Amino acid sequence: MTETLEKQHLAIETRDMHLFYGHFRAVKDVDLQVIPQKITAIIGPSGCGKSTVLRSFNRMNDFVPSFHMEGEVLFHGQNIYATDVDPVMVRQRIGMVFQKPNPFPKSIYDNVAWGARINGFKENMDDLVEQTLRQAALWDEVKDDLRKSGLSLSGGQQQRLCIARALAVKPEIILMDEPCSALDPIATLKIEDLMRELSEQYTIIIVTHNMQQAARASDHTAFFTMDEDRAGIMVEYGETNQIFTNPRDKRTEDYITGRFG
Amino acid sequence: MSGYFSTPKSNLAMRHRVGGVWKAIFFLSTAIGLLALAVLVITILDDVFGLVAVVDKVDRTTLADRPLEDLEKDELLAILDKKVSVNRLRTIQRNGGFTLDEIPAGEVYELVIAEVVKPTVEESYPLFDSLFKRAEIEAEVAQKHPDATIYFYSWLNQRFLTNSMSTTPQLAGVRTALFGSLWIIVITVAFAFPIGVGAAIYLEEYASRSWVNRVIQTNIDNLAGVPSIVYGILGLAIFVRTLSALTSGKAFGVEGVETGRTVLAAGLTMGLLVLPILIINAQEAVRAVPNSLRQASYGLGATQWQTIWHHVLPSAFPGILTGTILAVSRAIGETAPLILVGASSLINKDPQGIFSYFTALPIQIYNWTSRPQAEFRNIAAAAIIVLLVVLLSLNAVAILTRNRLTRRAP
Repeated sequence: MTETLEKQHLAIETRDMHLFYGHFRAVKDVDLQVIPQKITAIIGPSGCGKSTVLRSFNRMNDFVPSFHMEGEVLFHGQNIYATDVDPVMVRQRIGMVFQKPNPFPKSIYDNVAWGARINGFKENMDDLVEQTLRQAALWDEVKDDLRKSGLSLSGGQQQRLCIARALAVKPEIILMDEPCSALDPIATLKIEDLMRELSEQYTIIIVTHNMQQAARASDHTAFFTMDEDRAGIMVEYGETNQIFTNPRDKRTEDYITGRFG
Repeated sequence: MSGYFSTPKSNLAMRHRVGGVWKAIFFLSTAIGLLALAVLVITILDDVFGLVAVVDKVDRTTLADRPLEDLEKDELLAILDKKVSVNRLRTIQRNGGFTLDEIPAGEVYELVIAEVVKPTVEESYPLFDSLFKRAEIEAEVAQKHPDATIYFYSWLNQRFLTNSMSTTPQLAGVRTALFGSLWIIVITVAFAFPIGVGAAIYLEEYASRSWVNRVIQTNIDNLAGVPSIVYGILGLAIFVRTLSALTSGKAFGVEGVETGRTVLAAGLTMGLLVLPILIINAQEAVRAVPNSLRQASYGLGATQWQTIWHHVLPSAFPGILTGTILAVSRAIGETAPLILVGASSLINKDPQGIFSYFTALPIQIYNWTSRPQAEFRNIAAAAIIVLLVVLLSLNAVAILTRNRLTRRAP
């Protein structure tokens, strides 16, 4: 594994990352190295800080007043928490898809176009909307009613619309926070296929509760759990195959075999 | 209740009974409210319509051999020339801003009635008496005023809407007060809406949860409950006295207004009065915008301002409009602060702009109800109807706007 983790090729690297809510240490000492153009899954029991870790990758935790972090999150070798880094810029490069589909109460077209527009996109918007909706495997279903509200779509379509919306900003990394937990199995499968296609161009980090999903859809898996003072820790990180067939840590084995969590 | 579902010690019947009693109590509360509203409307309508006994100062038959309504314009002018002094005619033309030659026959007829015939209402009767005890009323009038004519009269009529203040109830109207009220509302909304929405956005989206901001929040909540007379005193001290140069327009070179008792001072005072209501409601509306919407926006690399402008404000706008409706309803009915900032009830010049003396509908109603003559009660009731109609129309516009916005962005 280590030989593939060449430093210049990392999408995101954390160093001694500790995350706090007030005085509570939510996540302890994470050293994670995310490989570009791969799907990395973060799994673990509830409350182990998976989402907190994911949100710290594009500074979405900044909106929690009590949040602060120690350590570094490196993106292109630069710490995104450095004082001279604008979090707005970080979020433009590192997009996010949320647990519950949350399209804007606007038309399908505007949902996709808005993010590009505010980021100063000046080229042909119609082309961009079509291209990103095709990328998100939604174009054929909505091409005739782009003026319809994004909220009129089904849950699975809404989530793909949210993915298209994220793609339109042209990020390098897409963070997905349990993107399928509100969807039925068929819609889930569509999203997983979509992730697989997108991973040719984008780096995808997905938090999931669903171990089968991690096993099916990801290339690398990080297993998190809680230590005795309830802080989240990363137990094991490696290729998904290895984690699920030959875990090195007892706790990982207990979790994936269903003895815990 | 038998077989499988019956249990020996079931208290289900009792539970249903308790539920039924509470349901009846809740229904009763609603019914009492509706009843009060019905009584209010009926009382007002009772005063607005009804029989009147009218005595003409000059017998119409002595003026012409035909009914006055059928006369030509020059015949009516001849009557005016004969019966009204030259000075009085000149005054009428100067005050009205017209000459007798250019106005239509209908208005000349009105002038003949008002200046020559001078019908006076000797008695007026409420609507329900007029409907159900007409015979008794006719007998009573025949005895007290033998030469009176009795007819059914609506105190709310076109003349009432287009005339300004007069000391004769039949000639008095609400035009000046109506314009005064509308000017006040426009100034109130123009002043309070941007400030209220701005403060709400700051408090909800930008302000940290420090103790200073908590103190500010508590104070805004309390200010919404401060009696309106206190705002009147505030407006008197600040807008009428201290800032009189601004509110009288002297600072802008406007002549003719000596004190700060202008429609501008009234509107600003009213603006202060409704500001807490507006802020609180706008805050509620901004708070009700789901956080997922903000997160989605931030996640796309939007700045805080872009998030607020493109997502928070449009989503909150229907709620903000609801708050504005409440604020306008409050402002249009308030009387006490207007008395303090100097609304005058005896004014018959329409406000020409923000630097004008004014009167307002509630002031006029208050003034008329405190007069001894019964006829003033009738026109006060008519003015209440006008006030309610203005209020409901303003609210209807706001509600329609809100519904249109809500439909567009579901």
